[in-house]
Amino acid sequence: MSEEKLGFFERLKNGLTKTRNNIVSSIDSVFNGFKTIDDDFYEELEEILVMGDIGIKAAEQIIMELKKEVKQRHIKEPVDCRDILIDSIKEQMKVNQDAYAFENVTSVVLVVGVNGVGKTTTIGKLASIYKSQGKKVLIAAADTFRAAASEQLEEWAKRAEVDIITGKEGSDPASVIFDAVNAAKARKIDILLCDTAGRLHNKKNLMEELKKIGRIIEREFPEAHKESLVVLDGATGQNALMQAREFKNATDITGIVLTKMDGTAKGGIAVAIQSELQVPVKYIGVGEKINDLQKFDPNDFVDALFDRSHEKE
Amino acid sequence: MAFESLTDKLQSVFKNLRNKGRLTEEDVKAALKEVKMALLEADVNFKVVKQFVKTVEERAIGQDVMNGLNPGQMVVKIVNEELTALMGSETTEIAFQPGKAITVIMMCGLQGAGKTTTTAKIAGKLKLKGKKSLLVACDVYRPAAIKQLQINGEKQDVEVFAIPDSKEPVRIAKEAVAYAEKNGYNIVILDTAGRLHIDEDMMQELQNIKENVTVHQTLLVVDAMTGQDAVNIAKEFNEKIGLDGVVLTKMDGDSRGGAALSVKAVTGKPILYIGMGEKLSDLEQFYPDRMAGRILGMGDVLSLIEKVQADVDVDKEKQMAAKLKKGKFDFEDYLESMNQMKKMGGLASILGMMPGMGSKMGDIESMVDEKQLKRMEAIVLSMTPAERQNPKLLNPGRKHRIARGAGVDISVVNRFIKQFEQSQKMMKQLPGMMGGIGKKGRGGFPGRLNFPF
Repeated sequence: MSEEKLGFFERLKNGLTKTRNNIVSSIDSVFNGFKTIDDDFYEELEEILVMGDIGIKAAEQIIMELKKEVKQRHIKEPVDCRDILIDSIKEQMKVNQDAYAFENVTSVVLVVGVNGVGKTTTIGKLASIYKSQGKKVLIAAADTFRAAASEQLEEWAKRAEVDIITGKEGSDPASVIFDAVNAAKARKIDILLCDTAGRLHNKKNLMEELKKIGRIIEREFPEAHKESLVVLDGATGQNALMQAREFKNATDITGIVLTKMDGTAKGGIAVAIQSELQVPVKYIGVGEKINDLQKFDPNDFVDALFDRSHEKE
Repeated sequence: MAFESLTDKLQSVFKNLRNKGRLTEEDVKAALKEVKMALLEADVNFKVVKQFVKTVEERAIGQDVMNGLNPGQMVVKIVNEELTALMGSETTEIAFQPGKAITVIMMCGLQGAGKTTTTAKIAGKLKLKGKKSLLVACDVYRPAAIKQLQINGEKQDVEVFAIPDSKEPVRIAKEAVAYAEKNGYNIVILDTAGRLHIDEDMMQELQNIKENVTVHQTLLVVDAMTGQDAVNIAKEFNEKIGLDGVVLTKMDGDSRGGAALSVKAVTGKPILYIGMGEKLSDLEQFYPDRMAGRILGMGDVLSLIEKVQADVDVDKEKQMAAKLKKGKFDFEDYLESMNQMKKMGGLASILGMMPGMGSKMGDIESMVDEKQLKRMEAIVLSMTPAERQNPKLLNPGRKHRIARGAGVDISVVNRFIKQFEQSQKMMKQLPGMMGGIGKKGRGGFPGRLNFPF
């Protein structure tokens, strides 16, 4: 496990080191570069938060709370602010113990998100993880809209060596889910992974379609645990919050998968989402290979957000 | 929140200094703070925002406030002009090779940006211009990528070139161009695999393609929802591969699309097209001024003001506003306001230009049923002039006659008249709702739209 974790961390770090110098000044240089806590210091902090896609509103709120804390505790040194700030975000991003409980019971995992965030790839990776844990996995290819989507998923299913239920291009995705749920029951499947077509969260009828899928799972398989994961592209800006909000309305999201985190994007919007919607990030995608999906680690995430990865060396 | 537009915010900043003739440094700084927030909320890169705000500040301080505008609107005007200028003041087209020579276009971008879909969309667009395109499947990595391009190509009736077993994009590109030359194509579009800008091997692959094939246009496909990282992506692609233009995708979402500004600022390359939907026909020309409005969260207020000025008969408008204030809005006025609305391109088009509404157009179209409006019009037209001027005349017998005349059920007539009476009452409480565009403090747009139907 520790070796695997290192590999993941290396990857995150590698993504960052390549362009680190010309992108953001690390947070430590801010803490060390200022002698007193003044407005310039706070402004610099805010800039780092905004550059990490946390969003201006959330950033201002974080800074405001920091100011309050500094006043209350009579903190004088900029360096002392660091731990307060970092610890509070780490604390906020902590994932509950029971967040992954669904992996050990009979579950239906519905994967949703806007176009091109990596839903299909995530399903492939999840299938491989659960399969390697000795579980019986079935995939439902309910993206009947995008050209060649089920072919793409079939390839992933083959790689992960799991079964897959597909529908015709253009057919009703709910019918694919219906078939898959019944197959899952008949074959005594542990985890049913449902891929859905990418949809922009502001398209009303597509969101209704998602609700229908949810209803079918609920009706046909009430005894199974329902897990709804929204996949967000780590490079997405403030719009990710709206995405999470709308998908939460439609399918009662239980977790976030943050993908493409091997780039230079920091995925800071996850902090804003967590604080507004209380939906935890559960998985993080760091590459295209089948084992490039990991459970979310708030420590690694926050360190990467603040570009502090070198401290672990 | 949807209506919390920059214009509104600026109005509140300037509430206390409405009648100043010149923009002072203090005014400008206060206003630009809001502009800065708006840009950051729209995901424009922090550094780009800083630079932009500085430019505007220099230009705005000491400027005379134009007649008819208040200081807030003056700042918006300057911001909007600068932003439009930065976005590229004109709409740009793909540069084609002269005559019958083949133009080779290479698409590149991150995973999931929408390259394959855009490739097919461009081919469809060029087909309308009489060009014969060959699509080339250079994504040899993602499962079923070739198949996706083939299906999309088939839908557009455009041929797709692929070498199914080859893992060499360079070879595929080379053979495709040779094939195109032999078979009379004049456009070759290379659909490459999605890649991270920091993946050196993959970036090298694109360089190799460019070394072995003459690529005339390299287009970067960028997701409009991209955040702060857009500058890094654009910069790396531009420096390592060399870009000629940008396509912005997923613009039918509700993101403000600040990435467009970041990309433009970093590369200086024009944005050619925007992707507006999943259908292969949903690729549109890019208009810098519209994008500027969207990023600022102002909708298309400026063109709305222009339209209103151009199309509305000012005297009639004044008359109507006076009537409204007294609550004496009758069915004649209703018809008149319907006609003015039609002149401006229908309700949906007006709503679409309002702050915070533009991105929700999909919803509006389903909400505003133009057929329904026609039915209402038919009801009013079935009334006698006396009835129109004095709705109190409408007794059950008259209502039955009107229902027959309009070809609707009596219940529809009843509902319509009831709603009309309600909105008459409401109008009394909302003085200045109609006549206030550009004059009133809040720009004349009520927070919630209530029309008399």
